[in-house]
Amino acid sequence: MIALSIVNISAAVISASTPLLFAATGELVVERAGVLNLGVEGMMLMGAVTGFAVTVSTGSPILGILAAATAGAALALAFALLTLTLMANQVATGLALTIFGIGLSALLGSGFVGQPVPALPKLHLSGLSDLPVLGPILFGQDALVYLSVCLTAATAWFLKRTHAGMTLRAIGESAESAHSLGLPVIRTRYLATLFGGAAAGLGGAFLSLSYTPMWMEGMTSGRGWIALALVVFGSWRPWRVLAGAYLFGGVTILQLHAQGAFHLPAQVFSMLPYLATIAVLTIISAGPWRGRFNAPADLGKPFRPSV
Amino acid sequence: MWFKVEPRQEASQAVIYATPVLAVALTVASGYFLFLFLGLAPAKTLYHFLISPTLTFYGWSELCVKAGPLVLIASGLAIGFRANVWNIGAEGQLTLGAVGAGGIALAFWNETGLWILPLMCLAGIVGGMLYAAIPAFLKTRYEVSEILTSLMLTYVATLILGILVYGPWRDPLGFNFPQTRMFTDSALAPLILEGTRMHIGIVVTLAVAVGAWVVMARTVIGFQIKVVGLAPAAARFAGFSRNRTVWFSLLLSGGLAGLAGTFEVAGPIGQLVPHLTPGYGFTAIIVAFLGRLHPLGIIASGFLMAISYNGGEIAQVEDRLPQAATGVFQGMLLFYLLACDFLSRYRIRMAQREATSS
Repeated sequence: MIALSIVNISAAVISASTPLLFAATGELVVERAGVLNLGVEGMMLMGAVTGFAVTVSTGSPILGILAAATAGAALALAFALLTLTLMANQVATGLALTIFGIGLSALLGSGFVGQPVPALPKLHLSGLSDLPVLGPILFGQDALVYLSVCLTAATAWFLKRTHAGMTLRAIGESAESAHSLGLPVIRTRYLATLFGGAAAGLGGAFLSLSYTPMWMEGMTSGRGWIALALVVFGSWRPWRVLAGAYLFGGVTILQLHAQGAFHLPAQVFSMLPYLATIAVLTIISAGPWRGRFNAPADLGKPFRPSV
Repeated sequence: MWFKVEPRQEASQAVIYATPVLAVALTVASGYFLFLFLGLAPAKTLYHFLISPTLTFYGWSELCVKAGPLVLIASGLAIGFRANVWNIGAEGQLTLGAVGAGGIALAFWNETGLWILPLMCLAGIVGGMLYAAIPAFLKTRYEVSEILTSLMLTYVATLILGILVYGPWRDPLGFNFPQTRMFTDSALAPLILEGTRMHIGIVVTLAVAVGAWVVMARTVIGFQIKVVGLAPAAARFAGFSRNRTVWFSLLLSGGLAGLAGTFEVAGPIGQLVPHLTPGYGFTAIIVAFLGRLHPLGIIASGFLMAISYNGGEIAQVEDRLPQAATGVFQGMLLFYLLACDFLSRYRIRMAQREATSS
């Protein structure tokens, strides 16, 4: 009985963490390239509504997931055009992206509220899924969960081991120097921003297709912002971001289970993920390890090549 | 022929004030196609959306009711934005201000007196300030991004309000609806014109907008804020304290957001309910930018955003336009504005393409 509930809770934690992991991993790459995109919440919502609408309309979750990634990337493209080509302020543009994404997703989704969608099929891996305890926790999830972990691994490998990854990091540290070495600053930043948008879109699609599964206005309820905080918490390193995402998934599930156990208003527990975000940001900034010094040196600074 | 983009030596003042107009024009044009895409009659819907709210005197009085809180909040935010202090949690500070003011109104529910409303205003300002003090403290003491903390606190604020109106502050005779008792007359903002919903808060808002202009144009702290925002290194050299600027901006914008929350609950709403505004705290960010962070511009853009709210409601009834269209319009407007700003900082010229361009 206890073992069973531990299995269920662990599986739920992984599920709750996955949208955060997608969005945070995407934003990590964006920020490593020196771009600060605060529009994660808007891109997630667009991913959530597009993924849901396309899945319901076509009956194909795969098409829905692809559409969600495309929608996230499309919004990111608007951000890139404004900040990288038209040199607009990144903070203001990111806010605009979130406000726009909240509005547009609500508009597009107004016909889909309350509709059912078939949940993503669980991927059954013969042998692994039948393992006791670990099987249902780790190998009873749907394909997007595995994709999110693969994405983290791929990002870690890309940033550390590939030439393109080193180029991206160099651009994030000093666009000026990278440019004088002949590295393609603007192109790299465009691609990183698009990747971040697609990943946020996938995170949103996981919410509306697997975690909930349904569409509701503003259903991300701040997860995009928590993902931004997770990048800081993970001091811009993929595996630490993954640890952070799972920690937050844990807090989310824990507060849901705690709601029944204590005689306190449910809202007290609903506050926990937000308060925990503030707490970890403070600890990471104040602590002796000074995680924020890992921030890419050129983060958020505009760059225009002087030909 | 080829286009050549050159940076301007100095941002063009004329273009700076022309860009909001251009952005509005582009937004309206995009709105035309958006309505077409939604299968509506675009011209008729645009008419309902943009013109109908301004056709009657009562319509204008309703625009004042909506523009009031937007201008009040944006006046505070604009001062912070000038100093690169990004308070995006005004919605939360508004909520806590409303909680403070509502607490006073309920505590003195059996009392009457002219002192109740001023006390509510004070409680509202203090509530908003205290809530904004959290990101200010974390920013100045630990370098935690005020963007993330102020936004996270907005979600917390809604939950705090929820605890109160679903719990201890719920109207005992309210059939279990999640709302407090209606405030008594002493706790309501007096109307300034019979037959409308315009209340005393609108007068206060005008005074605040003028006051904000005086602070920015005529005082030392206003000058320091501008320098900290424009040239942080020069500000440090001159001995202007960045931390003081952070505290000042956040407390001021938090206090004004709290006051806006006070006038919402003491004005059009008249009680505490789980959802107080259609996102005034976030729309005020757009109002501040669209108004070029200038008090007069903020008043004008506040009215424009009020039109988008009221026009959205009219088009919802007349054309079945989904309510969310208002948010799309507001987001689009900010997008176009930021894009058009490019023109104030760069000059686009026609030029011969050089044969040996590298």
